[in-house]
Amino acid sequence: MDRRKFIKAGIVSSSAVMMGNYTHAFNSLVSTTAPYDLVAIKGGEPEEMFDKAIASLGGMKHFVKKNQTVVVKPNIGWDVKPELAANTNPKLVARIIKHCFDAGAKDVYVFDHTCDYWTRCYSNSGIEKAVKDAGGKIVSGDSEGYYHKVDVPKGKRLNESKVHELILESDVFINVPILKHHSSGRLTIGMKNLMGVVWDRRYWHQNDLHQCIADFATFKKPDLNIIDAYWVMKKNGPRGVSADDVITLKSQVISTDIVAADTAAAKMFGMSGDDVPYINYADEMKVGKKDLSKLNINRIIL
Amino acid sequence: MNLALLKKIRVAVSLLFFILTVSLFLDYRNILPAWIYAKITFLQFIPSLVKFITLVSLGALGFVFVLALTVFSGRIYCSTICPLGTLQDVVSFIAKKFKSKKKRAFKYNKETRWWRYFFLLLFIISFLAGTTFFINLLDPYSVFGKIAANLFRPAVVSANNLLAFLFEKMRLYLVFPFVFNGAPWITILTTSLLFLLVVTASALKGRWYCNTICPVGTFLGLLSKTALFKITIDEKSCKSCGVCEKVCKGLCISNKEQNVDFDRCVACYNCFDVCPTDGMAFEFNKNLFSRKKSSGSNEESPTFHSKRKFFFNSLVYVVGLSGLTLGQIKIKPKKQSKVLIVRKNPVTPPGSQNRDSFAANCTSCHLCVSACPTQVLQPAYLEYGLSGMFQPRMDYITGFCNFECTLCSDVCPTGAINPIPLQKKKLTQLGKAKFVKDNCVVATENTDCGACSEHCPTKAVNMVPYKDKLVIPEVKDEFCIGCGACEFACPTKPYKAIYVEGNPIHFTAKKNEQKKIEQKVDYKEEFPF
Repeated sequence: MDRRKFIKAGIVSSSAVMMGNYTHAFNSLVSTTAPYDLVAIKGGEPEEMFDKAIASLGGMKHFVKKNQTVVVKPNIGWDVKPELAANTNPKLVARIIKHCFDAGAKDVYVFDHTCDYWTRCYSNSGIEKAVKDAGGKIVSGDSEGYYHKVDVPKGKRLNESKVHELILESDVFINVPILKHHSSGRLTIGMKNLMGVVWDRRYWHQNDLHQCIADFATFKKPDLNIIDAYWVMKKNGPRGVSADDVITLKSQVISTDIVAADTAAAKMFGMSGDDVPYINYADEMKVGKKDLSKLNINRIIL
Repeated sequence: MNLALLKKIRVAVSLLFFILTVSLFLDYRNILPAWIYAKITFLQFIPSLVKFITLVSLGALGFVFVLALTVFSGRIYCSTICPLGTLQDVVSFIAKKFKSKKKRAFKYNKETRWWRYFFLLLFIISFLAGTTFFINLLDPYSVFGKIAANLFRPAVVSANNLLAFLFEKMRLYLVFPFVFNGAPWITILTTSLLFLLVVTASALKGRWYCNTICPVGTFLGLLSKTALFKITIDEKSCKSCGVCEKVCKGLCISNKEQNVDFDRCVACYNCFDVCPTDGMAFEFNKNLFSRKKSSGSNEESPTFHSKRKFFFNSLVYVVGLSGLTLGQIKIKPKKQSKVLIVRKNPVTPPGSQNRDSFAANCTSCHLCVSACPTQVLQPAYLEYGLSGMFQPRMDYITGFCNFECTLCSDVCPTGAINPIPLQKKKLTQLGKAKFVKDNCVVATENTDCGACSEHCPTKAVNMVPYKDKLVIPEVKDEFCIGCGACEFACPTKPYKAIYVEGNPIHFTAKKNEQKKIEQKVDYKEEFPF
């Protein structure tokens, strides 16, 4: 009960949070009136691209207010080196954290519910060091105690899930996936990356993986999605076998719309949004917009 | 040299060894570097001996040092290097605080020779028979290992988790919980009983365990009969006050008979510390040299020789007690079932090379179980049969073998798990993944899953087209290394749709050579949207 009380008192004063149901509490604490719906950028280093892209959206201060807590969720799923492109680029993660602090963030937390053993993923991916050097706090996603049950009322197959408390409690949620091939998900991008904020992934795999991915996106839309497509794993994903699977695409996509971001990234990969079932489902469920022609897109080529 | 100083040195050295050894078992965050393990366990007698026989390497000569120490001046091993010995001393020390002065005193005990030789014989026969079952239960280092791994470690982990919980309440992410997958109940039970025995014995009767049960103690005791320097009572200086007997943990000093049974002396040097006169002395063993000249008249020496030979020449993988092996172990159903999975062979860790040599060389000290970051190494119940109980096996329900890790082979003190370079390990096939289509979500639910293929580090498990644009796993045996990632990740219950069938002899997998992606990227090209 203490935890619930704490969350209730500490995060939202709204009555939406009852009996551990956080469902409605986090929808758009941040205004979304950015100058563009989506920014795509290519041709630079991760830091440089992020600097330019976020500036065109009005800077990080548009998303992070003074004294807010931020959770950054990269993909740290695998015990491999950064250049193998199975995990988010640590340079990008570090740069995002810096921007958050520059915008006045109180704390920036970083975690992932990893697939390989977590401490090894954190260290071998280079992300643990990058986070610490940038002044952020790296947190374990490895034990069930951190995850709290929430309802997913709009879910078709996924009606409840256990979600990491940092996602539930932080003021701002920044999703930083890496774009890569995925054996059964077809591609892993923004929505697929959210599998790393829940505890029981096996349930998703058992109950129509693609539908569950779309369902969860109805529960929790990140305040910002930053897709790392600097190094891109083109086959043998999501873990990869060797550096031969990877190309250097030097690209990045930023959007508040997770479906649009995923669709744009899929096109960069050489597929279309239609090829990825969960993008279609999420579009149908109105999580975001798959039709990029209706969006205001800023395209930057360095 | 002031002989009273010996005790202080002994205490310091033993605590140093003890703290170093126990920290290996408690390092659940893998903070200690891998190379330090071999340095610390180098002098453990049985592991070192087994390793020497297995690997015939100079890096495994720790036992020779122990033998030399014993020949020099008795069972120094027992009071300095042996962690089980020091554990008993710690218990004795604490127990003393709760005893009246009178009860604190030890009393000379007659030698329980039959028991000592019985356990030693059991140990040797077990060794000869190619099974380590009794070695697992009797080698003092391995007994200590089991106690540290299965009792101390959970206690420390619990403390860590409590701390993590309290910190988390304050939203301070400083300490993280360690999710502990407990060992099988039989391991916990057996370890607890051993611990109870050792604690009770040492609380009441000093080193009774070492002089009744411990086969290493008995063996080194036999060897110490020939020691160069033995502890004796100097009849000229001794005033027969008896304080030495009262502090003798080995219960081997008889004040009445003015005699030290050096065979049972654990070299704690308490007697030197308390003797008010110079009654305790080291005596140079003159007989040792005279014996050599007239070996025919000596009774002990030949036995001794044969005993040692026995040990050295005896590692043969004959079927002895291993005949008790039960073979097929079924994973018992918990809930509803579809296709029952029968694993014919358990999976042994990478570096163990084959099941028989692993079975013959592993003394179940559980150091690898403690070091394994993913906890995939778990003490076996009956998977290896009765004789292999407690030996570690790959348990793909609790975890899977981390592709980038060779820690178990780095830390193994007996060579049961041989050191294996990472590149070789990545191609070592412990077993092969078997796909059970009728259990698979894709076939039964007609939805995508692919958790197995996701986790596969070599893509031996690949997703191939199935009906309705779905993809289904396909296993290419030649690339599979049997790491168990697929089995661990598979979501089906109670039976997995993919599992690893162990290779009794490890093979080399084929490298999954990949064609380089050839895609020219034009960084100036317009976006495809």
